[in-house]
Amino acid sequence: MPSTLVEKYFRTEKLPQIWCPGCGHGIITRSIASAIDQSGLDKDKVCIVSGIGCSSRAPGYMDFNTLHTTHGRALAFATGIKLANPEIKVIVITGDGDATAIGGNHLIHACRRNIGITTIVYNNNIYGMTGGQYSPTTPKGDKGTTAPFGNIDKSFDICSLASAAGATYTARATAYHANLLTTLVKNALANDGFSLVEAVSACPTYYGRKNKKGNAVEMMEWQKNNAVNVAAASKMTQEQLEGKFLIGEFKNKPEPEYTSEYQKIIDKLAKGR
Amino acid sequence: MAIRERLSGNEAMAVAMRQINPDVVAAFPITPSTEIPQYFSQFVANGEVDTEFVAVESEHSAMSACIGAAAAGGRAMTATSANGLALMWEMLYIAASSRLPITMACVNRALSGPINIHNDHSDSMGARDSGWIQLYSENNQEAYDNFIQALRIGEHDDIMLPVMVCQDGFITSHAVENIELLEDDKVKSFIGEYEPDHYMLNSKEPIGVGPLDLPAYYFEHKRQQAEAMKNSKKIILEVAREFEKLTGRKYDLFEEYKLNDAEIALVIINSTAGTAKTVVDKLRANGVKAGLLKIRVFRPFPAEEIANALKHIKALAVMDKAESFSAVGGPLFAEIKSTLYGTADGIKIVNYIYGLGGRDVKADDIETVYSQLSDISKTGNIGETYRYIGVRQ
Ligand SMILES: Cc1ncc(C[n+]2csc(CCOP(=O)(O)OP(=O)(O)O)c2C)c(N)n1
Ligand code: SF4
Repeated sequence: MPSTLVEKYFRTEKLPQIWCPGCGHGIITRSIASAIDQSGLDKDKVCIVSGIGCSSRAPGYMDFNTLHTTHGRALAFATGIKLANPEIKVIVITGDGDATAIGGNHLIHACRRNIGITTIVYNNNIYGMTGGQYSPTTPKGDKGTTAPFGNIDKSFDICSLASAAGATYTARATAYHANLLTTLVKNALANDGFSLVEAVSACPTYYGRKNKKGNAVEMMEWQKNNAVNVAAASKMTQEQLEGKFLIGEFKNKPEPEYTSEYQKIIDKLAKGR
Repeated sequence: MAIRERLSGNEAMAVAMRQINPDVVAAFPITPSTEIPQYFSQFVANGEVDTEFVAVESEHSAMSACIGAAAAGGRAMTATSANGLALMWEMLYIAASSRLPITMACVNRALSGPINIHNDHSDSMGARDSGWIQLYSENNQEAYDNFIQALRIGEHDDIMLPVMVCQDGFITSHAVENIELLEDDKVKSFIGEYEPDHYMLNSKEPIGVGPLDLPAYYFEHKRQQAEAMKNSKKIILEVAREFEKLTGRKYDLFEEYKLNDAEIALVIINSTAGTAKTVVDKLRANGVKAGLLKIRVFRPFPAEEIANALKHIKALAVMDKAESFSAVGGPLFAEIKSTLYGTADGIKIVNYIYGLGGRDVKADDIETVYSQLSDISKTGNIGETYRYIGVRQ
């Protein structure tokens, strides 16, 4: 029997999903549904847009207005939706590859415009769907099928990238910290402008196996043991933070949202007519 | 002695790439061609090639990197499928018009949308007018052989055009079959050194690549591209003869299978030719004069030669694994029909769209086509020319 949350927000006839056993993507998807539920949004006024990838499969299971687009382009489609109907709550579900490799251009420009889109990046540090090639978030030195002896590229910090590009809300949680993730997505939804939540996922099938990160449970334990909340981190020394990564809210600085600024121009010109 | 192996079509193309040892491979993963760059990156990591492998962030960048490498005088290659090829579109035209002999492994997959990962030819058929030479392959052996020949064709002084070598996604890209490989040194001497006449970064002769080309010269530029495409037919055959001497495997612009005395025939591309050949054999055993023409070279289109090979056929079915949405038939149908116009007008010719999005094509389906051709041949009655096989009503 599916839970009431699943019953209410998922296309239960499409379940079970295709994700591998132990994949973090399912937990993240549930956290998003919880956040939508807690935000009291009208299901029919929510549109979830995704690109292509294991992560981007999520909206296929979610009972909202959903649009499955092409690899890397979800934000461009979402921008069109938001501009056409600013009343709609537009959520983008994307992968680290989808958002920062092939779609990196759209990401920085959506951030820069501060358009009212809530973006959740499922970051599993790899291209999962195509079989474990390294992505822009694969840590330097880690392996992928296209880097059998280690990746020499420097990786992106997605939250810093988004903050610098102009996103007005950025935060990070993990599949292990599912409750925190729900809270952060809820806060992101409350921001009128562009919000980005990085959800650290786990891909035991490719990233885990290639990098000897252990099984799905061990990968979750790694998230538990290595994530440090930003508040706690401010009291820690550089040595204590060595090898750790931050979770929590990094930026929450509302600024005028793009479609409302756009409306102002329309109103101004309409007056002069 | 040739090397006997068992390889999938993807592995075969990756091995060809390894033996060629190009200067640059730039690629981005997409099913079902992903394995090619993946195998190749292993060769790079193992030090088996000297290639710079660039794991770019999209196919648009993959083709751009190949263009950069080729413009600088290097041998550049990539592999892709479906939406990856579509994302390269802009760059395909730049590569061809800049006369850069880049080689691409195109593992055919249905182009979105709706999104589908299985085989049809909508991706490469869409790119047919981009100025690339297109070679098609029935199986892993042909994919391997075509890939090696592609280099010699594209890099020929009279041609200087990029070449796309296509094979069917999953059907041949993932199926493991017997194959005969050439020894590394034989491939090396067959392809030779690539020494372009003009290239960037040549300190003795600095040149600009890709400058603005307004009405004063653009037209001549395009005309030259078209002439190179025309010339390539001859070179494709020359390279094939030389390859035959080396391997004993014969290649032409197309393959004729029991076509000489056939009364009814199919024109078909890639792996389904294999299925159709077994059907031809079966029909022949029953006294039916069935035959087959399998396209190897789609660009340039060998119109005269095809017209000549088909002129005695009574009823002909052109099999398209892609729609063109012209509302009158698929892309191959359009080519064949215009080829036969005024050269073999008596042939009754129909078009079948088949296998879209990976819909299985069985021997029974092919048999149905031949039996419909028999009816047409007997009655002289064509009926609807734009037909489908294996689709729900
Ligand atoms: C234009 C184009 N190129 C390549 C692909 C193949 N492709 C599908 S998913 C994917 C990577 C997905 O990685 P990511 O976004 O990190 O999501 P994950 O699968 O890891 O959740 C790629 C390269 C595609 N669908 N379209
Ligand atoms: S391949 Fe990785 S990301 Fe994709 S479903 Fe499996 S575990 Fe999840």
